[in-house]
Amino acid sequence: MDNMTIIAVVSIITAGLTIALGSIGPALGEGRAVSTALSSLAQQPDASATITRTLFVGLAMIESIAIYCFVVSMILIFANPFWNHVIAGATQAVGK
Amino acid sequence: MHLSPDQLIFWQHGFFKLNGTIVFTWGLMLVLAVGSKLITSKLSTELKRSRWQNLLEIVVTGIKKQIAEVGLKNPEKYIGFLGTLFLFVALAALCTIIPGYEPPTGSLSTTAALALCVFLAVPLFGIEEQGVGGYLKSYIEPTVIMLPFNLISELSRTLALAVRLFGNMMSGAMIIAILLTITPFIFPIVMTALGLLTGMVQAYIFSILAAVYIAAATRTRKPKPTLAVKT
Repeated sequence: MDNMTIIAVVSIITAGLTIALGSIGPALGEGRAVSTALSSLAQQPDASATITRTLFVGLAMIESIAIYCFVVSMILIFANPFWNHVIAGATQAVGK
Repeated sequence: MHLSPDQLIFWQHGFFKLNGTIVFTWGLMLVLAVGSKLITSKLSTELKRSRWQNLLEIVVTGIKKQIAEVGLKNPEKYIGFLGTLFLFVALAALCTIIPGYEPPTGSLSTTAALALCVFLAVPLFGIEEQGVGGYLKSYIEPTVIMLPFNLISELSRTLALAVRLFGNMMSGAMIIAILLTITPFIFPIVMTALGLLTGMVQAYIFSILAAVYIAAATRTRKPKPTLAVKT
């Protein structure tokens, strides 16, 4: 397998694994956060504005971890610098 | 299929390019500035007021209430900055309804610029509130050993602000683009609606986090007890 093939194969597999493993943690964390928020809403319904706002801010912070993994996987597929480098090299070789 | 509106070039002359990010940002700025100017040109305090003035009043009082709830004592000082952040990001997300439009916040340059504004605004508001010495002392707040960690946390939460907003907006646009090529038209429409929802939530999150950081920087420390002398 030459360089191009290795880079392509590893990029594709890593992109899939990144988003797959990277969404497990945030999903579990968000589930726990929402369940705790629901039980505290049931205990104190008149604090619901504060609880809801804090819940949304907390969910956004947990979600950002999954977003980081998504961004890495998108970069690997669409803006991969190593792939662009070997493609530029191959195009130059064909053009000569 | 491009990663961000940066790659959508409208006009190019040598080094200068007008890409999608710049054009859409200027469009949003025009709408916000001209719209507000027109609506506030004839303000009325009577019972009868135009519905646009009503809308603006609801938005402004809502933002003021949120800023006060976060813990900032006089919201009037901060509503210019925080309100603008919220309105810009929210309008950028809302306009995805318009065909052919791509949110400029889907490009890392825009979100990095907004995060840098917050990064600069937090010390400025902190120094304005507590003086240079008082603000710098907050960095060694629990103990001096925490100084590098406080500095790192400043940098990392700015980075997190930028990447969070960029990732959310870019993922929305990318999912729609991918779905358009493989599924019937109903699914991209549903995903556009979901993208609207996440866009508004992310606008709220961005401004609330900025407000929380400013509140942490301007929070008055425990005042030193002074002796009250009865004369």
